[in-house]
Amino acid sequence: MFLIYLRRELRRRKKAALVISMGLALGIALVITVNSVSAGMTAAQDKVLQSLYGLGTDMTVTKAQTSTTSTNGTPKFSFGAKDDSSKTQSSDNVRVQGFQTLKSTVVTQVSAQKGVDQAVGGLSLSVTKVDGSFTQGKAQSTTGSGQRGSTGGQPKVQGGGADFSVNSYTVYGTDVANLDLGPMTTSKITKGVDFTSSQSNSKVVVVDSAYAKTKKYSVGDSITISGTKFKIIGIATADSGDSTANVYIPLKQAQTLSDSKDLVTTVYVKATDSKQIDTVKATIQKNVSGTTVTTSADLASTVSGSLSTASNLATSVGKWLSIAVLIAAFLVAALLTSSAVSRRVREFGTLKALGWKSGRVTRQVMGEAFVNGLLGGALGIALGLAGAYTVTAISPTLTASLGSTSSGGGPGGGGRPGQQAAAKAIDIALTAPVSVNTIAIAVALAVAGGLIAGTFGGWRASRLRPADALRRVE
Amino acid sequence: MYKLSGVTKQYSRGKETVHALRGIDLVIEDGDQVVIQGPTGGGKSTLLQMLGALDRPTAGSIEFDGVDIAKLSETKLTRLRAEKIGIIFQSFNLIPTLTAQENVETALAPMGTKPAERRRLAAEALESVGLGERLHHLPGELSGGQQQRVAISRALVKKPKVLLADEPTGALDEGTRDEILALLDGLWKEYGLTFIMVTHDSHIAKSAPRLATIKAGQVTITDQARQTAPVSY
Ligand SMILES: Nc1ncnc2c1ncn2[C@@H]1O[C@H](COP(=O)(O)OP(=O)(O)OP(=O)(O)O)[C@@H](O)[C@H]1O
Ligand SMILES: [Mg+2]
Repeated sequence: MFLIYLRRELRRRKKAALVISMGLALGIALVITVNSVSAGMTAAQDKVLQSLYGLGTDMTVTKAQTSTTSTNGTPKFSFGAKDDSSKTQSSDNVRVQGFQTLKSTVVTQVSAQKGVDQAVGGLSLSVTKVDGSFTQGKAQSTTGSGQRGSTGGQPKVQGGGADFSVNSYTVYGTDVANLDLGPMTTSKITKGVDFTSSQSNSKVVVVDSAYAKTKKYSVGDSITISGTKFKIIGIATADSGDSTANVYIPLKQAQTLSDSKDLVTTVYVKATDSKQIDTVKATIQKNVSGTTVTTSADLASTVSGSLSTASNLATSVGKWLSIAVLIAAFLVAALLTSSAVSRRVREFGTLKALGWKSGRVTRQVMGEAFVNGLLGGALGIALGLAGAYTVTAISPTLTASLGSTSSGGGPGGGGRPGQQAAAKAIDIALTAPVSVNTIAIAVALAVAGGLIAGTFGGWRASRLRPADALRRVE
Repeated sequence: MYKLSGVTKQYSRGKETVHALRGIDLVIEDGDQVVIQGPTGGGKSTLLQMLGALDRPTAGSIEFDGVDIAKLSETKLTRLRAEKIGIIFQSFNLIPTLTAQENVETALAPMGTKPAERRRLAAEALESVGLGERLHHLPGELSGGQQQRVAISRALVKKPKVLLADEPTGALDEGTRDEILALLDGLWKEYGLTFIMVTHDSHIAKSAPRLATIKAGQVTITDQARQTAPVSY
């Protein structure tokens, strides 16, 4: 009888059932969409942060800054100004990015701190290469220090009889003995091979795929950096499409090239316990003087642009909105179920007069509400999935700008080697991945909604008396 | 069958108290047919609720086959209603979403009758009131008289001892009224029931075997042409 009655009620009072379940569905759909978009935002933010200093890095240590703006020294080129126009000349200017270096001993010092699992040093260089021929005049160089990644600027300057090109790119000296940490971890070797720990004295180079493409470099070619020939052993592709440097060479080579023996720009630190990052940060800052420690949380707080705006919206407004809508949906479902019981006072009274136990009537009401809840859940999941897939399909592009406006001591160029002056802007396509957890939450909410509504209605039904069968009002 | 002594029912709403029944003494024998008549608000429906174990009296005792309904637990009252009492209403009170057959089946649900048996008994009951062709119709698809026949089947399918009716023809036209009355009269005898019917209709009251008149919560009973149905149990 229970099932027959339940089926008949749901089928013949479709509208009422649909109103209740649609209400629940809306609430549940909103929860799914907001949850998924939030997950997408977090993923996007993680991606942005990872592109800065790689996987597994909990914080970076850089030299405490002494001035607010980097002393962006004008590079000097020494060309012999000869009248001979047929002569082609070339000059490389190799500089340490940011001009702020730490002694290599700091790396050992940091790694000895309590709570530090691993510490790896790296040296970021920027190379400005001028090629050309000229008869007279002075080169008015434009440094490419503001350029990020990729190809670098190539202004062709033709003035005063000069005809030469300026090519600027970034070089990152990586500790080949420890490749688990640092910027290269966000790139995958897509051609050739990665460095090996024995290569610290080898003249080998790994080139970022985007840079390799514009320069038409491939594995086996060689690159000359400031007069030293390097053999390309691998091509690396950045996960986020945004690499840290154009080319990677062993740390020792970078130190030699830039004349900065035993110096590093950044120390990448992995903590033993990712929950203790703040403590570790404090320890390092206290024990290793003259350093600035930047955690990913510090960096995240400097993320601005549409990504952070949207992310804040999703986590604050979205969360509260979906909670509010959900509560409203639960209340509406409960009230509708309860009012449906009111409209059926005589019906339930009659059943009690026929000898139906209170429990049997209550069960009937709860059963209906429960099915409505499940129906709402199914509809809600469908709607929510549709919402999440729509977001993924559209993939709205969000821009993330990373803290560039820091003043002395701030996280400034902490994570990203050098380049304090330039803001780092990354475009990220937003996705809304729906997790199994989210679906589980949705199902739980649907069941809860049905039970809440059913409890309301069932409680009302249980209080009806058999004498209500004789009530005139309908 | 029934022995009522000093049955009082008061409804209190806030400070006001309505004395619906003021000390009713009444004896109804097995197989009796009693028509309860009286002015509106006199307490007819209230008395029927007491007899049908739908409600308990404020004071007094209602003996049903020697058991005092007033003292029974809710569970036992429910059981009594399910097994012994059939009841029909002025507005039929069918479940609008259930078919005629399913409506009749609701009376068998509390007894734990097996589904197949339930369906068979319901179909039989409907056939006996001339609705064998309308088993799968919804109440909304039936006329008033037909709906009351479904309700009568529902009341009698469980073979109760008592059939209670509160103005069963109140919502029907005269022709249908007579049909239903004739049907009820026939069933009363056939089933050997104790049949108690509340009515406004003086025409019905006149031809009743026993007439109980309620006024202001008090009853007077007159035997007009008393006869009892041949009780089979
Ligand atoms: N649930 C209730 N709460 C309060 N008062 C009630 C209730 N039920 C009945 N009454 C009152 O008890 C008195 C008797 O009511 P009852 O319904 O028994 O009269 P009745 O004889 O059946 O009238 P009618 O012929 O109009 O059906 C009336 O005054 C009525 O207002
Ligand atoms: Mg009445």
